[in-house]
Amino acid sequence: MRGNPGTAGVFDKIVSSKLFSSLAALFVILLFNVFLNPGFLSITIVNGHLFGQLIDILNRAVPVMILSIGMTLVIATGGTDLSCGALLALAGATAISLIRGGSAVLNSDTAMPFVLVIAITLAVTTLCGLWNGFLVAKLGIQPIVATLIFMTAGRGIAQLITGARNLTTGYAPFSVIGQGWFLLFPVPIFIAAGVCLVAWYFTRRTAFGLFVEAVGINASAARYSGINSSLIIMAVYAISGFCAGVAGLIYSSGIMCADANNAGLNYELDAILATVLGGTSMMGGRFYLAGSVIGSLIIMALTKSIYAFDVAPESALVVKALVVVIVVLIQSPFFKKRKFRKAGGPELELASDREGGR
Amino acid sequence: MEVPYHNVPKDDVLPKTSNVLLEVFDIEKTFPGVRALKRVNFALSEGEVHSLMGENGAGKSTLIKCLTGVYGFDGGRIVFQGREIRPESPLRAISMGISSVYQEVNLCPNLSVAENIFAGRQPMKGFFIDWKTLEERAAAVLARFDLDIDVRRSLDSYSIAIQQMIAIARALDISSRVLILDEPTSSLDKQEVEKLFEIIRRLRGEGIGIIFITHFLDQVYEISDRITVLRNGELVGTYKTEDLPKIDLVTKMVGKNFEDLAKVSRVRSASPGDVILALEEVSAYQSVENVSLELKRGEVLGFAGLLGSGRTETANLMFGIDRNSGGVVRLKGTAVKLASPREAIRGRIAFCPEDRKRDGIVGELSVRENIILALQARRGVFRFIPLRKQYELASRYIELLGIATPDADKKVNDLSGGNQPKVILARWLATEPEVMLLDEPTRGIDIGAKAEIMKLTLGLCQDGMAIAFISSELDEIVRISDRVIVMRDRAKIGEIEGDGLNQDNILRAIAGGGAK
Amino acid sequence: MERVKLRKTGGEKRKLGIDLKYIPALSAIALFLAAYAIGGILYGERGFLSMRTFATLFTDNAYLGVSAVGMTIVIISGGIDLSVGSVAALSTMMLAYGTEVLRWNSVLMLIVVLLTGMALGAFMGMLIDVFEVPPFISTLIGMFFARGLCFIISIQSITINDPLLRALGKWRIRLPAASRAAAYVNLSVFIFALVLAAGVVIMRCTKFGRGVYAFGGNRASAVLMGLPTRRIQIGIYTFNGFCSALAGVLFAFYTFSGYGRHLYGMELDVISSVVIGGTLLTGGVGYPIGSLFGIMIYSVILKFISFNGSLSSWWTKIAVGVLLLFFIALQRVTVVLVKRSKRELKRKN
Repeated sequence: MRGNPGTAGVFDKIVSSKLFSSLAALFVILLFNVFLNPGFLSITIVNGHLFGQLIDILNRAVPVMILSIGMTLVIATGGTDLSCGALLALAGATAISLIRGGSAVLNSDTAMPFVLVIAITLAVTTLCGLWNGFLVAKLGIQPIVATLIFMTAGRGIAQLITGARNLTTGYAPFSVIGQGWFLLFPVPIFIAAGVCLVAWYFTRRTAFGLFVEAVGINASAARYSGINSSLIIMAVYAISGFCAGVAGLIYSSGIMCADANNAGLNYELDAILATVLGGTSMMGGRFYLAGSVIGSLIIMALTKSIYAFDVAPESALVVKALVVVIVVLIQSPFFKKRKFRKAGGPELELASDREGGR
Repeated sequence: MEVPYHNVPKDDVLPKTSNVLLEVFDIEKTFPGVRALKRVNFALSEGEVHSLMGENGAGKSTLIKCLTGVYGFDGGRIVFQGREIRPESPLRAISMGISSVYQEVNLCPNLSVAENIFAGRQPMKGFFIDWKTLEERAAAVLARFDLDIDVRRSLDSYSIAIQQMIAIARALDISSRVLILDEPTSSLDKQEVEKLFEIIRRLRGEGIGIIFITHFLDQVYEISDRITVLRNGELVGTYKTEDLPKIDLVTKMVGKNFEDLAKVSRVRSASPGDVILALEEVSAYQSVENVSLELKRGEVLGFAGLLGSGRTETANLMFGIDRNSGGVVRLKGTAVKLASPREAIRGRIAFCPEDRKRDGIVGELSVRENIILALQARRGVFRFIPLRKQYELASRYIELLGIATPDADKKVNDLSGGNQPKVILARWLATEPEVMLLDEPTRGIDIGAKAEIMKLTLGLCQDGMAIAFISSELDEIVRISDRVIVMRDRAKIGEIEGDGLNQDNILRAIAGGGAK
Repeated sequence: MERVKLRKTGGEKRKLGIDLKYIPALSAIALFLAAYAIGGILYGERGFLSMRTFATLFTDNAYLGVSAVGMTIVIISGGIDLSVGSVAALSTMMLAYGTEVLRWNSVLMLIVVLLTGMALGAFMGMLIDVFEVPPFISTLIGMFFARGLCFIISIQSITINDPLLRALGKWRIRLPAASRAAAYVNLSVFIFALVLAAGVVIMRCTKFGRGVYAFGGNRASAVLMGLPTRRIQIGIYTFNGFCSALAGVLFAFYTFSGYGRHLYGMELDVISSVVIGGTLLTGGVGYPIGSLFGIMIYSVILKFISFNGSLSSWWTKIAVGVLLLFFIALQRVTVVLVKRSKRELKRKN
């Protein structure tokens, strides 16, 4: 590195860190919003609840954020989980139909202990995830293909459960998950924080994260080192299923309705996007949970700023597309090579060329 | 030692009847930070087989890549058939008449043989491909190689050797004047190599200039007319094959004598310890048949044999990568089923695989993470090794094995080649194994690093570890082993120890004379 | 001596009768026939086997078929295209907006729509080839972009009243069928047939098509063999963009409307049909004709549901999911069998 090793080194390190670019992107979008709407940053307390655009972004980003946690782990193993949006819908359908318990009329009661409802819902989606993992790890089917099955069939099963109706419920405790407040903040934020914390602990304070990365970088070497690769792969898909379950509970509780067709539509794509925006490569390997969280916030902040323009919400997709183009182009090998060359680092091809040299 | 090369070749360096086909003058190639080729001169004549020799990093590949348009070059000239050329892509090079065939066949396995030969230049009938002509012409092209196969079948229904010949046929059919064969024999058996050489000789007769790269010295001497040696991106010299004894060639390639390796001789331990791992009549599907052997504490057991003789397969069986279908594997006397590497590791067995890039290093992870990987895997997900302890372990082994890295957090990919096998060794030492299986631990690293690895191996052995040492370098095996298992055709054909342990005896055993 | 040995290795796979790689495509055909026969047994008396029903298998899903031809080529090359539904929806929207709101000439509009689809495809192909963005991500970008563009053009659904477009959409010919109910074939079916024929010819008989196979079989080799990989890859996505746009046009003929919410999830149906039709998602193996049968299977499932009457439409999704699973497993088994026969071959050498 040029310059004095002290400040410049630290600065370089910060700038080149994976999180920096995504944080910078988030910052720019938030700044843009402040320009559009000077009141954007203001937060008020009403009835002991915090209200404001920032809180709203945080709150709305929760389902994708939780999905992206599972997705990050899946992508780190070199896979993709296309089914999580459909599993989110399936979770909503399962939970609400369990609460209704076959009763034809809308009532404010539950047919089954609430804890059991949650447990069964999460178990269902986790099992679906496990099935994805089984197809990938044991049968060696490509991840995109294996999860395509549940992406297609998941919503069908959800509709099977709800009888193709938009099942609603009036059971109040269920609404707490997606609409409740606790200590100034909406409950979903706490749930998301909890999921993130557990995920962080599980990946960085146990060897799980290391194993996931090892499998993602070189599955064969991982196996030779005694890592049970297929177990790891099955686990990440199961975790992704579990996350879809949690996100599905929050989502369906937010609208108190199981909408098999539209719940979490295209969320899997947003989750993949959040993960990639957060610096985890689609090729697998090193993963950045914090990056994915920031990525999901970027997506939501972006959507939010489009809404400020009073256009169809779907128009946000165009901007989303443009932002992704910019981000993937920055990350693309095409420009990396160029940048590298300028910096005077060793060329990529050379490394392999001299493989075995001293 | 340096034999200067002259741009105007002297008569005694050139075959008599030849015209210069391809000439390279003062070629320069610089990668950021490295001068990969330093004013190298090279000349290829019509109708000669010219071997390009050098250790890893000598600049062979770079030179080839400049010739075939994969890289551009920074200085110098390439003159081909009297005209200066500057191939800017492989495609251009091919159309000029310079083709290359690599070890991994660069064809498409899902297309038919005929299509592979004519891909991109299919005969057309109007807008459409004329399949009939294409197949007839493909058959005709292959007939030149005595290959009478069904050209309509997909390429992947044929063996690698045939695929390679198809690749050569394709290259030559695109009016090739210069044919570059980069490690073509690595995955061929002896017969197939013979067949290939037959074709090479015939092509030589037709006036084609052939650049041949291999690491099998015997093949160099069998086939080539001249040898050019590169070292560290510089030309060492060009020699007629018969004027360059093997030992001189090796000396020129490595630029130093074998002293380092010579130091690695040992006093054979008189009394090895008890048997740790034993195979009794072990067979496995498509692997080996009826192999029996014993691995003892404090002993190096060498495995000799040609590629594909069953050496690696035996190691795979001992490490649970393949499962045995017949026979018994005994670990410290107890019969065990090693169904996966995990179980082998639990039994304190360690394995440094042959293909380190594929099966060994996890390149994007740091040195530290690579070192603790196997130990952590044995402990399981939840018994996490605290970071402090990880750094301790890493620095201990970095020091012990002399791994050249600025710190433990460096990515293994960024280490140079010779250090990577050491990282894998460190990974296994961290698990404190009792049995260490080393499959070609010295392949692809320079001679200094080889000597280091071998010294380390002996050190481990003296500490009481049982070591299985697989190598295709007989010299290494003889130097390091207490006993040698000789394998051929997927079976053990002999065991040599004591005074009979020398290269001659091993060679004779491999060749079929029987051991002892 | 040597000659004999070589020929022997060549004949190794013969004993199985057919090349293993044809199995998925052949089983798609078999499955279609079986499903059709079962439908005949169950609902035969209600006209399942009638010419009319058979014709509707095509008329109802011709737009999917057109898209499937393009998708087959993409998947053979080892890629994937998630943007087809959105691009098709954009086509309906552009067509409706152009003819109804802007009052442009409908023929001109058709050309503009098709060119737009090709341009979008070319752009995605460029992202993939020049910038090395994975197909999954770059076509995801295309998907977002096209879908978003629909809503920028208009939030509403726009009805198409243009006389020429309506005439084209309504045009049909009666098939000389002997049954009571008259069977019709519309323009979409002819266009589908044309596109399918073009797909077959392109993939079988042109350098471009063979290049696609080579590219899907071994990318690095294709480059080293000197195939114009950039032209091929951008060509693939451009062609698929064309197919998507054309599918959108056919869908507009079918519904006479342009709407941003049209054809949500169409990419899933198309990809599933192509996979069910025997194209390997790993690339290198597949046939447009196989995809025809993939689409037919899909159509038959829809027919089953409509004939049954009591089954809901979501059974389609589950059935497609199950079929996908079946075919993916089948492909997997095929690959394993091929590998095993290869290993055997190696051992015998």
